[in-house]
Amino acid sequence: MRLLTHNMLSSNIKGVEKGFPLRIEAEKVVEKPVEMNADFLRKMFEKVEWKAFLEASRSMGYAQLPEEVDSGMLESDEFLSRFHHALLELHLEEGALVCPETGRRFPVNKGIPNMLLHEDEV
Amino acid sequence: MASRPELVAPPEIFYDDAEARKYTSSSRIVEIQASLSERALELLALPDDGIPKLLLDIGCGSGLSGETLSENGHHWIGLDISPSMLNVAVEREVEGDLLLGDMGQGLGLRPGVIDGVISISAVQWLCNADKSSHNPILRLKAFFTSLYRCLANGARAVFQIYPENINQRELILKAAMRAGFAGGIVVDFPHSTKKRKEFLVLTCGQRAVNSMPEGKDDDGESCSDDDSEDEENQTVRVSDRHRPQKKQKWNKSGKGKEWIKRKKEQMRRRGNAVPPDTKYTGRKRKDRF
Ligand SMILES: C[S@@+](CC[C@H](N)C(=O)[O-])C[C@H]1O[C@@H](n2cnc3c(N)ncnc32)[C@H](O)[C@@H]1O
Repeated sequence: MRLLTHNMLSSNIKGVEKGFPLRIEAEKVVEKPVEMNADFLRKMFEKVEWKAFLEASRSMGYAQLPEEVDSGMLESDEFLSRFHHALLELHLEEGALVCPETGRRFPVNKGIPNMLLHEDEV
Repeated sequence: MASRPELVAPPEIFYDDAEARKYTSSSRIVEIQASLSERALELLALPDDGIPKLLLDIGCGSGLSGETLSENGHHWIGLDISPSMLNVAVEREVEGDLLLGDMGQGLGLRPGVIDGVISISAVQWLCNADKSSHNPILRLKAFFTSLYRCLANGARAVFQIYPENINQRELILKAAMRAGFAGGIVVDFPHSTKKRKEFLVLTCGQRAVNSMPEGKDDDGESCSDDDSEDEENQTVRVSDRHRPQKKQKWNKSGKGKEWIKRKKEQMRRRGNAVPPDTKYTGRKRKDRF
């Protein structure tokens, strides 16, 4: 799972009001290179919750993103390539996602988060 | 078709390791799913601006439908309830991210972030009650309301479905309308028992919607399945007849296998964990022209 997906995902447990962002417990992170598309990054920049993204990238062992951002940074190739790398090239392979409100762990195996809820969570 | 898989067992049981493999290695199935996905993507009528979109594939299975999205340059997130199907997707190194989940439990996604949704041959599964705790109406409701929430304003969702009968079609359509969607059903090849295919085309939000896209037929004339739409659904119709989507260009400039291998090698030298190269690495995408 890439941070792109992590940034869109929230805990869906019944009664949970703020299920975002899921905290990442990373056991294994892999990198898979993909080509950069600056237009896509600019669009995604509008959608990404930066603080959650920043934290997520750190928990994946990547510390090259700036704390504060503004859309002016999208002019910088340097920024774009870091944003690209963190958003689309880092994959959480093994570990877990943790609901910020309840602490419920959603395990991640072979890159796939198990988001299935127990019956009493629906 | 002899029997409906939906009547055999719950999806996560029906699609076990053996079935997932069989499904994905049948060239007939691969071909059908690809053409259904192409058609769904066309009905999504995404803006023709050449910018990749973030899409969802509901009931993504082993990734046959998602691959069509990748081939057209889009990013996607796939959800499926069958671990075996998802395992095959991992083996095939699909480019989308995969989630193990049950659409009937609703989608846990932030509001307004998804640019479009496809779902190929999956949603009819929601009409069955596979467990005593399952209520199809509630599960359809949970699914469509959560789907509506995560879509960007004006985005569409296109579902190719195999309803077992008229009641199932109505059940699905009603749940979608109740969740706030507008739209209806497009039928391709309505006069052919074999080729007949149904697509539920839904829009969310305000963007002007005038008429349903038309179904395809063999005689080249377009047709719409009037008897399947009740009055209520016709009040709002899906946008104007769109041009067939322009083939998008980013694949052409693709740097391909060699580039990926070189880049992976660089990353490895920097001491990073990078997956090994396989026959799927940077495989050539279908030529879109
Ligand atoms: C016929 S397969 C289609 C797979 C893929 N879309 C394709 O075109 O090849 C139907 C898929 O729907 C999935 N499915 C059925 N019920 C589901 C549910 N409640 N939640 C998520 N996926 C489900 C099944 O596991 C199966 O992989």
